[in-house]
Amino acid sequence: MINKFFYFLIVIFFIFIFVIFYRGLGNSNLYTPNTEIKSIPKFTSKTLFKKGSLNSEDIFKKNKFYLLNIWASWCVPCRDEHSLLIDLSKAKKIEIIGLNYKDNSNNAESFINELGNPYSIILLDREGTRAIEWGAFGVPETFLIYENKVIKRYIGPLNSKLVNEIKDYTK
Amino acid sequence: MKFLSFFLVILIIFTLNLLKADEIKLQNKITKNLRCLICQGQSVYDSDSEFAISLKLVVKNKVNEGFTEDQIYKFLTKKYGEWILYDPLFNKNTYILWLLPLLIFLFGGAIILKKLIKIKK
Repeated sequence: MINKFFYFLIVIFFIFIFVIFYRGLGNSNLYTPNTEIKSIPKFTSKTLFKKGSLNSEDIFKKNKFYLLNIWASWCVPCRDEHSLLIDLSKAKKIEIIGLNYKDNSNNAESFINELGNPYSIILLDREGTRAIEWGAFGVPETFLIYENKVIKRYIGPLNSKLVNEIKDYTK
Repeated sequence: MKFLSFFLVILIIFTLNLLKADEIKLQNKITKNLRCLICQGQSVYDSDSEFAISLKLVVKNKVNEGFTEDQIYKFLTKKYGEWILYDPLFNKNTYILWLLPLLIFLFGGAIILKKLIKIKK
């Protein structure tokens, strides 16, 4: 009697494990953690095309939407999303700020000259440490900022659907 | 006199070297406990991705600025969430994780003890 009960228990146990693993098969194995970055980090940074450096307080003002886009001339997906950014830069309510990630100034300049400049300011991040202050993973990555707070974050290149979402936010 | 000052210089260089070595040891210890978020199954210490290289630099700068290990972990978990740490922190989400091995150990010990007492009898 005890033996039978024991077998029954084992079978139940394996069915339980099977169900859990089977359900797990469908889950994405890309894990993006929740971050607690709500307000934007303070920094001072050099800029491309202009001399001198800028404080974060001077860049991000209240009552306006900002889009911080992390890009590099060596990043292929950045090239794809660039036309979307140029399209977005025509909207008056939003200001796009670039963060040039681990790039060489000459390459960055020729990238902008070739594809156009959607950015009002381009900050430089030679070592990639500034991107870490933002909690970024790499390029491309985009943050939608309002009232000095990050309201939305896009990891990876933007597409037309996401651009429409951004436009909806800034209406 | 000349010999003495020479000796002093050598001594200072060696102590500075030791200090630097301690810093590097701490950097390595910290980066080994950080998960490289964009590579699968590698620590920041092991990885050579752009992300890991930058993160190593950030840790190095923080150590030079005099941050303690815990302060650096706190700073990074604020940016990237707890997932970046290989050693999960002890809080209400993880206490079962930390205490379960101990409970199982005690439970096993109790079983063995019971058996031993039975044998003695």
